Amino acid sequence: MSTVIQVDNISKQYRLGEVSTGTIAHDVNRWWHRIRGNEDPYLKIGEENERTQKGGSDYVWALKNISFDVQQGEVLGIIGRNGAGKSTLLKILSRTTVPTFGEVKIKGRVASLLEVGTGFHPELTGRDNIFLNGAILGMTKQEIKRKFDEIVDFAGVERYIDTPVKRYSSGMYVRLAFAVAAHLEPEILIVDEVLAVGDAEFQKKCLGKMKDVSDKDGRTVLFVSHNMVAVKSLCSKAMYLKNGMVVEAGETSHVINNYLSNSQNKSLLQFYEDADHAPGNDKAKLRRIEVCPELDTPIDSVTVKTKLNIEIEFWNFEEGKMINLTIFINTYAGECIFANGSQVANLSSGLHKAVCVIPANFLNDEIYSISLMIVGDASYPICFFENIISFEVHEDRENSGWHGKWPGFIRPKLDFRILTT
Amino acid sequence: MESKATLSLKDLDKNDPAHWDLVIKPHHNLFDLNLREIWRYRDLVWLFVRRDFAAQYKQTILGPVWHVIQPLLTTLIFLFLFGTVARIGTDGIEPILFYMSGITIWNYFSACLTTTSNTFISNANIFGKVYFPRLVLPVSVVISNIIRFGIQFGLLLVFMIVYAFKGVHISINFYWIFIPVLVVIMAGIGLGLGIIISSLTTKYRDMSLLLTFAIQLAMYITPVAYPLSFLKGKSYQWIVTINPLTSIVEAFRFCLFGKGTVTMQGMIYSISFMIASLVLGALLFNKVEKDFMDTV
Repeated sequence: MSTVIQVDNISKQYRLGEVSTGTIAHDVNRWWHRIRGNEDPYLKIGEENERTQKGGSDYVWALKNISFDVQQGEVLGIIGRNGAGKSTLLKILSRTTVPTFGEVKIKGRVASLLEVGTGFHPELTGRDNIFLNGAILGMTKQEIKRKFDEIVDFAGVERYIDTPVKRYSSGMYVRLAFAVAAHLEPEILIVDEVLAVGDAEFQKKCLGKMKDVSDKDGRTVLFVSHNMVAVKSLCSKAMYLKNGMVVEAGETSHVINNYLSNSQNKSLLQFYEDADHAPGNDKAKLRRIEVCPELDTPIDSVTVKTKLNIEIEFWNFEEGKMINLTIFINTYAGECIFANGSQVANLSSGLHKAVCVIPANFLNDEIYSISLMIVGDASYPICFFENIISFEVHEDRENSGWHGKWPGFIRPKLDFRILTT
Repeated sequence: MESKATLSLKDLDKNDPAHWDLVIKPHHNLFDLNLREIWRYRDLVWLFVRRDFAAQYKQTILGPVWHVIQPLLTTLIFLFLFGTVARIGTDGIEPILFYMSGITIWNYFSACLTTTSNTFISNANIFGKVYFPRLVLPVSVVISNIIRFGIQFGLLLVFMIVYAFKGVHISINFYWIFIPVLVVIMAGIGLGLGIIISSLTTKYRDMSLLLTFAIQLAMYITPVAYPLSFLKGKSYQWIVTINPLTSIVEAFRFCLFGKGTVTMQGMIYSISFMIASLVLGALLFNKVEKDFMDTV
């Protein structure tokens, strides 16, 4: 085996905020330093990329001093929270941007799937788009012709092949797009979260295809995903990124466990010690909201089988007020799945506590966010805290026969039996 | 021999620069244009050209007829404004043919320039996801516009034949072989200026706002609606003369109709301008293409 990707100490700096008239002042200053032979003044500053905290500088390091090697035939899973630098790293490897410092060396042809259907034109037919998309991904016309039937077959869209893709259902669109990409023959394949789309059957097909690509053909795959089950079943090695730095790289299940235990504690609590700085208004304020999973050991991950207690502490400033709480469970995209209200209680002025229990076997493996409303007289909102906290529920990894994602936003365990006589 | 071969295989160490196909680093050689890579992606150029054509007039009743409607209407407007109202002469060329020839070559230039100058911004979504040589897009724009030019030129020929039948003297002569050369120069200037502007607009969009009316103004300082001879002896003639497009439009008419003001200095000036804008454009484009996604 030989090294096919060598990443040598790369860093990438981004400027936050808008590009506008203010930017030109920095550009002029940078240029002034350069003609005098000095170092770029803005490269010395910049902070760790922690998106939840307000920073003092407009510059952040999306990646900082990343080094790693990938051997031929290896499937490397890259994991980390949103904003950890995964996509930036893939962008550099797929040459859509360059690092600020450092160097990447690659042997072999690279194809990147940062998105499926790049360059698909809605007005063109499926046939035309296969050719266009294939060429954008680096195939020649001859290669595409050779694989055309195979692509159409894999996507399962024979009937629509001469219809403009704007008439396709979104599922068909994605299947066609992935089919083109899956038939690329690069030595190195870079894949970013494309599995989040398509139906379960198709996802299974995609994962199978990726496994084939590495097992049979000895090709190298870099795979970014939030689906830990997929990463675990596909990847021989994994790398955990956090705030633009490598936390750990190595054996897949070890890295995944480290990631899960590390990523949970952090976002599961919002706590405001001091009423002056707490969110809310002069009638009520939020002190604490915490998602407390009932786990056997603290490093266990929250799975679909975990019971969750959502604990809330809030201040009521109006003596003798009739108050109830409403909790909204939202998808990560912000859509409310369901809401639930507490009983109406006559509260004294001061600190109060509430608990909402989400039973085990109820949520799916998704990222959820919670909004909370404090309601007065069971009729009008006193204050509303939108997406105040988010948490992730994972697939129960003991049940590993099925690699795809279970469909739906909730996954209640119902009484569902085959009746036998 | 055999032992030597194994030895050299072992020597293919990862520290050996020849081992790697690709090195991605922050800075690179300004003149590293990689034209060979564009050649490797020639299928993509062609597919982009096809896309432009196939997609442009989808869901219109007249379809490709629109390619000829636009120059026809412009010709009529010019005929009215410059011919009937302003009474500007046309070097003795039949007015309809005079305006139509000017519009045909001018349209080609302005289409090349406006479309290439939007390369980065309008294709940011593709560029952000996949790597392919970025120059592929502006090159495909120039080619698809050549086809459009061909259609409009065909229309012009139809009109010339009609006028020939009506007794206007029109002859095909030796100078016709220079027409493709003029088109290439026009394309070169359009592409060169276009990629300069597209490189400059990735971060600051001011230039693209300026461009829309700059092109309109440029048409008036190019002898599209009037012959260069009309300005003879006028104090502001120099503005039109320093315009590198002037000689090309005049030469285009000279080739077609044998009438126009063409000088050797003028042609050399236009060609040098084309080379200069292409070189500068390629350098700027090359500098910007690597990481424009961060600022676009």
